[in-house]
Amino acid sequence: MKTLYTSLKIFLFFTVLTGIAYPLIVTGIAQLTFPAKANGSLIVKNNKIIGSELIGQKFDGLIYFSSRPSAVSYNPLPSGGSNLGLTNDKLKHSVDSLRKQFAVFNHLDANSAIPSEMVFASASGLDPHISPEAAYLQLDRIASARKLSGAEKINLKKYISSSVCYPQFGLLGDGCVNVLLMNLELDQNYGQYSHFN
Amino acid sequence: MTTQDFIQIILFFAVLIGLTPILGNFMFKVFTGSKHLMSPLFGWLEKLTYKFSGIDPDEETNWKSYTFNMLTFNFIGFIFVFFIQLFQAQLPLNPANLPNVSWHSAFNTAVSFMTNTNWQGYSGETTLSYFVQMIGLTVQNFVSAATGIAVLLALIRGLARKTTNKLGNFWTDLTRSTLYVLLPLSILFAVVLVGQGVVQNFKTYDTAQTLQGVSQVIPMGPAASQIAIKQLGTNGGGFFNANSAHPFENPTPFSNFLEMLALLLIPAALTFTYGKMVGSTRQGWTIFKAMLILLVIGLTISLYAEYSTNPIFGNLHLMEGKETRFGITNSVLWATATSAASNGSVNAMHDSLSPLAGMVAMINLMLGEIIFGGVGAGLYGMVIFIIVTVFIAGLMVGRTPEYLGKKIQKFEVQMAIIAVLAPNVVILLFAAWASVCSPGLTSLNNSGPHGLSEILYAYASAAGNNGSAFAGLNANTVFYNLTIGIGMLIGRFGIILPVMAIAGSMAKKNITPTSAGTFQTDNWLFIGLLIAVILIVGGLTHFPALSLGPIVEHLLMNNGITF
Repeated sequence: MKTLYTSLKIFLFFTVLTGIAYPLIVTGIAQLTFPAKANGSLIVKNNKIIGSELIGQKFDGLIYFSSRPSAVSYNPLPSGGSNLGLTNDKLKHSVDSLRKQFAVFNHLDANSAIPSEMVFASASGLDPHISPEAAYLQLDRIASARKLSGAEKINLKKYISSSVCYPQFGLLGDGCVNVLLMNLELDQNYGQYSHFN
Repeated sequence: MTTQDFIQIILFFAVLIGLTPILGNFMFKVFTGSKHLMSPLFGWLEKLTYKFSGIDPDEETNWKSYTFNMLTFNFIGFIFVFFIQLFQAQLPLNPANLPNVSWHSAFNTAVSFMTNTNWQGYSGETTLSYFVQMIGLTVQNFVSAATGIAVLLALIRGLARKTTNKLGNFWTDLTRSTLYVLLPLSILFAVVLVGQGVVQNFKTYDTAQTLQGVSQVIPMGPAASQIAIKQLGTNGGGFFNANSAHPFENPTPFSNFLEMLALLLIPAALTFTYGKMVGSTRQGWTIFKAMLILLVIGLTISLYAEYSTNPIFGNLHLMEGKETRFGITNSVLWATATSAASNGSVNAMHDSLSPLAGMVAMINLMLGEIIFGGVGAGLYGMVIFIIVTVFIAGLMVGRTPEYLGKKIQKFEVQMAIIAVLAPNVVILLFAAWASVCSPGLTSLNNSGPHGLSEILYAYASAAGNNGSAFAGLNANTVFYNLTIGIGMLIGRFGIILPVMAIAGSMAKKNITPTSAGTFQTDNWLFIGLLIAVILIVGGLTHFPALSLGPIVEHLLMNNGITF
């Protein structure tokens, strides 16, 4: 009985300490030091939340950089991947058709090399990034859909190379560009989605 | 692979090796009750814990009372987590209005977090309220890790002390591990994670209007505080379903580096603590080297498999289930580390790994989670293998086996064999059952040999208290929730009980002084023997099953065959 009683008391103590005090202390410090990040790195325009810088969105329009394939269609409830094994028929077919689709959509040669992340679904289903190579391949298609001048197109190309965010510290991770941030830039400079639809 | 990939890997191991003696020495001071860095900061909390709970910190107990205290404490944790899930809709802090959890899922989750497994049959963001995640799960993340350390400390005292039956005080070990090691590291780590973009708030889920005019619900919550301890405590249970692949859980390559380091940090440092406590840091480094070698062998095979091409996908990089910001190298390094460390968090979907890389992760689970392993648990599991190795070596040279001056006799070997067999029985019997019954088979997401891999992985993960998954398997069914739940219990306590019995019996023995005839357990010969024993035991037990799953899948894939 003494053991049970001691267990209950110390369990209660640790529940208050690690279950209540600890998250509250961390929340307090986080909200003071990094409020924007602690609250989801949200992008707000005209008092409306457009999205989070960290959470990918579905982009399949001609005027936008496309995002990666997602097993959850960029709906975060819940996040996740396809969980298909490499010997799964479904995966093989999906890769084949995504490869063709990407080539046709971007007016590329049928057998041109396509960056792998554009034909494979991400782990979270919310991957906000693509590789810089994948962005460059989409440049011509976006320029013609948005009727950009030659100079504007060169600027856009420069913009892609200036927005490569990783490797972090020049060392960690693979090269990436953030799709949502690039598309926001497109909208700001060359007109919004509603103008084209 | 590029030079940058190699530099990242080398940097990772260099930092890990560098931090091992620093943290190991700090923990030595904490666990032996000397003055240390954290005493002025949290000393009052330790005293308050004892006062509130009515504990005499200096009262030591024998192995039976120590075990009984631990079991009672764990049982209360289980009951609490089980019931708050059943009634979460009636409890506060549920802004997403999530309904009550089913009884079998609640059972599975309660066992899972109590045993430091953190297997998740559910999706965090659509199943559990902030209340359950914080007050239920975060607490278990701390105390289940502290329980692992406590068992290890009892075993160390059994080895280091002589002719006594006192193994220490469970409450003191639990309190010190939590207050001085897990809590300060977690607070620091959580704040750094928020700085990288991990969310930490109590807001309701936000709704965004995307650029293409669709609405997207953005989940929120106190994630950073849970993620810090889930990595440090080798728990691995994610706040969100995608775990550390989720951009809110692991936003940048730097957060990824730190989370990966955190999941190996304490198990690695404990080898140093072990060495100091048994009176020879060489003994600790010997274990560290054996673990590191096994880890690097696995990593090499995985990297080779993931960077190879195959006829199905040509020369595409295998990015299915991987995040762009991490790329292949960081995903494979994480997969190897998390399966070795009994952590179980993932930054890539293991189900979509190439067959051989998936197999390496599976083998790490099947060897008994002793390659660094769970906090405390990995090292006491490794000591079991050391006992078996010393015993076999003793048979070969024909003298009584000894470890650290203690004679290894019939009772210790019997207990060690029970601890080796318990998890393997779970893996083989349950996996065999699931692969021939319809409730087992209808949950599969992949057919062909990969389907068997999904089942094998699930029970290996349960038995090793790892918690990662080939997540295509729909495990949130009565069949899987119950069998995996039972598997986790056997995998945890089927090892802890024999370990405690060994601790008790070793403590009673006298220490024989070293002589010219003593079999040395701190040199390269012993490291080689130890690794051989581990691989032979694991190989003999699991090779047949592995050959029907990942091995045959690898061969079929190289012939371009799909299912």
